Amino acid sequence: MTSPITPVLTANWGTDRSWTLDAYTAQGGYQALATALTKTPDEVVAAVKDSGLRGRGGAGFPTGMKWGFLPPYDDNDPQSRYLVVNADESEPGTCKDIPLMMASPHTLVEGVIISSYAIRAKQAFIYVRGEVLHVIRRLRAAVAEAYAAGHLGPDSPAGVDLIVHAGAGAYICGEETALLDSLEGRRGQPRLRPPFPAVAGLYARPTVINNVESIASVPAIIGKGADWFAGLGTEKSKGFVIYSLSGHVTRPGQYEAPLGITLRELLDLAGGVRHGHQLKFWTPGGSSTPLLTDAHLDVPLDYEGVGAAGSMLGTRALQIFDETTCVVRAVLRWSEFYKHESCGKCTPCREGTWWLVQVLTRLEAGNGSEADLDQLLDQCENIAGRSFCALGDGATSPVVSSVQLFREEYLAHLEHGGCPFDAAASTAWAPRRQSQEVHA
Amino acid sequence: MTINATTYAELQEIAARYPQERSGLLPMLHLVQSTEGRVTADGINACAEILGLTAAEVSGVATFYTMYKRKPVGEHHVGVCTNTLCAVMGGDQIFAELKEHLQVGNDETTTDGKVTLEHVECNAACDYAPVVMVNWEFFDNQTPESAKQLVDDLRAGKTVTASRGAKICSWREAERVLAGFDDGRADEGPSAGEASLAGLRTLDGDQ
Ligand SMILES: Cc1cc2nc3c(=O)[nH]c(=O)nc-3n(C[C@H](O)[C@H](O)[C@H](O)COP(=O)(O)O)c2cc1C
Ligand code: SF4
Ligand code: FES
Repeated sequence: MTSPITPVLTANWGTDRSWTLDAYTAQGGYQALATALTKTPDEVVAAVKDSGLRGRGGAGFPTGMKWGFLPPYDDNDPQSRYLVVNADESEPGTCKDIPLMMASPHTLVEGVIISSYAIRAKQAFIYVRGEVLHVIRRLRAAVAEAYAAGHLGPDSPAGVDLIVHAGAGAYICGEETALLDSLEGRRGQPRLRPPFPAVAGLYARPTVINNVESIASVPAIIGKGADWFAGLGTEKSKGFVIYSLSGHVTRPGQYEAPLGITLRELLDLAGGVRHGHQLKFWTPGGSSTPLLTDAHLDVPLDYEGVGAAGSMLGTRALQIFDETTCVVRAVLRWSEFYKHESCGKCTPCREGTWWLVQVLTRLEAGNGSEADLDQLLDQCENIAGRSFCALGDGATSPVVSSVQLFREEYLAHLEHGGCPFDAAASTAWAPRRQSQEVHA
Repeated sequence: MTINATTYAELQEIAARYPQERSGLLPMLHLVQSTEGRVTADGINACAEILGLTAAEVSGVATFYTMYKRKPVGEHHVGVCTNTLCAVMGGDQIFAELKEHLQVGNDETTTDGKVTLEHVECNAACDYAPVVMVNWEFFDNQTPESAKQLVDDLRAGKTVTASRGAKICSWREAERVLAGFDDGRADEGPSAGEASLAGLRTLDGDQ
């Protein structure tokens, strides 16, 4: 049987000193840059368009099309546009960009140079969350090596300068316009759109913002060809991606595969749900995407498939929870996260996330009444679609989906006068259970 | 305590790296933390002076981000992930046992000044849950016992090495790296942990 695993971005993660220029070059690194430099910038943009690459940061917007939104290049204003890489990776469950930058920072650096060349940016930034010290060391070392090797700098063929910029702890700075404000040295709060960053982004100049995995995919597209890339995946979701499995699975971790693989197939590769337990609920793309259950094991994990199932592919952050997990506890904790991370700019999210936590806390403690569930859904209606940015919408996803899927479990808290679950049974060190009655 | 001339010059150096100086503010505040042990009024004033901002404007930025601390931080910052996935996998128990073991609450420092304990949000290492961060280095697949041993070792001044990272420096030294001053330790530690390689491992033996 041929394996569905297609190591491209992850291919070199297991090699000795994979983060160094020597190791990266030895396995063909920077050849795609050489290839790109034989093409015109417009040809590189066309190749990315033809590949069908869609943004890997969550929304899945076609990358080549985004690049095409930049205003025409002005020869008289050469410093006029920027590439910004979104390396803020903070959506709960998402854990792919960090290992990529740890193991192979040069893949990203090469992607930055090629992408900057394509959009004619002379200055690029990698905005990386601050809470990952060693990743920042590796990125900075890779950038220094790339300068020394003549790949970066004003006198390099592409003429690109690259700054690695550490953030300071704020989930909202992953939202692209908040990121730009943060990179300008301000509080990270989203901006009104339009104007879109392509027109007025960093320093009010035309700016492209892409996720780490999107930009890291560009060298492979240029090196192996847009057709090769477009030949992987499904009709509207092309190429390969990194799927991140975490939680109650036998072998959690990063699984790179073409878009459209199912959770059932991924679980097969990962040794299944942990021994003696069953799948209860999971997030397809982080905590901001509606929960799914074991009824969704065969949903193709591409943008269309997960959308049709009522959720979103998001960042392919597959957090797996087995039957020992209390869904109310899980949702309360995520809600506390959104409340903490709400930037405070708009009222529905700032006040709404606070109220969600109030009501969920009461429900989890077994207080309150069934009417509180309708109250919760009502609050969600007042947040989703009425918030200034997608953080507010995302905050409602786990709440609404959990009430829809597990209403009984909420009610069980009321009947039981508190949580009917044993939190110890969910831990990584819980004794292997034989066969036991499932709560609720 | 005022910002000394060396630090002041380094703050200016950070601002000068950017097309517009104000972009340097976040790394500048990291540098302030590395020399002052927290974001101090003097540090805020120095940043404001260099960037031509008011102290209130700089304060407004500093208070927005959770990594900037108003209270002095201990020699080491220990962050226990208690976002849902880690919490369920045992992060809640680890955090509770560490509070008890160290006799501190959230965001408090041990009496010997060695460890500041805090619960943190998802640190992009969910496949290694439950996760503990020391000065923003990864300690993967923790248990209550391993986490208590870890903080004991830190307090005893023993050498401690991250699961995927370098030998642990102090929180202040880490903040200096975040400000953009390298410590030359990028080559320590592995390329990846086991979970990062899980997909690749399924191909072992296929060749
Ligand atoms: C609250 C919030 C947090 C986000 N966090 C991230 C993030 O950490 N990394 C990321 O690449 N995109 C994140 N995004 C999506 C970005 O706004 C943006 O869509 C993305 O960086 C575009 O890159 P792509 O087209 O390559 O996916 C976030 C969005 C929201 C609303
Ligand atoms: S939705 Fe929340 S995070 Fe987004 S702008 Fe409004 S308050 Fe800020
Ligand atoms: S939930 Fe703890 S690292 Fe993601």
